[in-house]
Amino acid sequence: MSALWLILLAAIPLVGLAIFSGALLGFAEVRFKVEGNPIADQLNDILPQTQCGQCGYPGCRPYAEAMANGEKINKCPPGGESTIAAIADLLGVEPEPLDAEHGLEKDVPMVAYIREDECIGCTKCIQACPVDAIVGAAKQMHTVIIDECTGCDLCVEPCPVDCIDMVPVETTINTWFWQPPTPNIELIATDRTAASGEKS
Amino acid sequence: MNEFLLILVSTILVNNFVLVQFLGLCPFMGVSSKLETAIGMSAATTFVLTLASVCSYLVYTYLLVPFNLAYLKTISFIMVIAVVVGFTELALRKTSPVLYRVLGIFLPLITVNCAVLGVALLNVNRNHSFAESVFYGFGAAAGFSLVMVAFAALRERVAMVDVPKPFQGSAIAMLSAGLMALAFMGFTGLVSI
Repeated sequence: MSALWLILLAAIPLVGLAIFSGALLGFAEVRFKVEGNPIADQLNDILPQTQCGQCGYPGCRPYAEAMANGEKINKCPPGGESTIAAIADLLGVEPEPLDAEHGLEKDVPMVAYIREDECIGCTKCIQACPVDAIVGAAKQMHTVIIDECTGCDLCVEPCPVDCIDMVPVETTINTWFWQPPTPNIELIATDRTAASGEKS
Repeated sequence: MNEFLLILVSTILVNNFVLVQFLGLCPFMGVSSKLETAIGMSAATTFVLTLASVCSYLVYTYLLVPFNLAYLKTISFIMVIAVVVGFTELALRKTSPVLYRVLGIFLPLITVNCAVLGVALLNVNRNHSFAESVFYGFGAAAGFSLVMVAFAALRERVAMVDVPKPFQGSAIAMLSAGLMALAFMGFTGLVSI
């Protein structure tokens, strides 16, 4: 009897503490509910927002959410190596080379150009454009707003008369910028092997 | 007041949790390869250790001692610390996203660290008062932060230099940690409490 009593005496405060803790956490879970996924938000900020869909997702936001849930980080050709490096840094994983299946990084920024005398005004490219950079109407000639165009290639495929070209953006005095200095690649490479060696 | 100062000096330098008492070695080796993460980890540890010593003191004095349950202190401390940190994490996420981004993933990591439980148990063993417990916890965390940041800075430098092949990676990190611990032995006998 006395042993049972001792056990009860020990169990009751502990169980009480546990119930109180559980209630507190349950309350906090409801009271401090946060909408959305903060990691996905940060990933979305890093992505180039071309909304091109080359990663296989309908836009940058869905891809960011997929990456937050463990999708590969190397599927964004418009972002290229620098975006992959930034994402790898944020998620704390090793950067991977760009997955060629989803397209290659372009050396120079491109914009779409519609050869206007060949355009038949079918609006198919307007529907394909993820950033609404093409203006025009049915049976009217279309044209591309260069400042809005992200160079994603999505309008080239649907054009029935193949009148859309991707042309490199010409460097003018307004768009030219200093090239960043070339980093010391070897130093960073050895640094990285040392870091990966420690993790294993 | 003098006594609190002594506690701080003792926990930060003389009885440093990491290098002298060998508590919390896991984050010390694991999260110290980048200075940035080391600072985040240190901030989270400071937060959790101070909070843990307060909560465990309260639970011990007002729940366990009145019921004669001092022998259940380990299990109840583990529970209380986990709950308090979990609650703080949830509250922080809602109220201060900036702070949450800094402490973020480190909070749950540090919760199950032996240094946190260690500080709670040592407080009880040494019969600290409430204020002493708070200072002991904070001092332990400050010592941890000091060593952590210094070690991360050291490792960032080591990563840049030409380390002989057999010593690369973890080996040189272990050696550096050992040398740091040796250096901290120099503080032995500075104060005694």
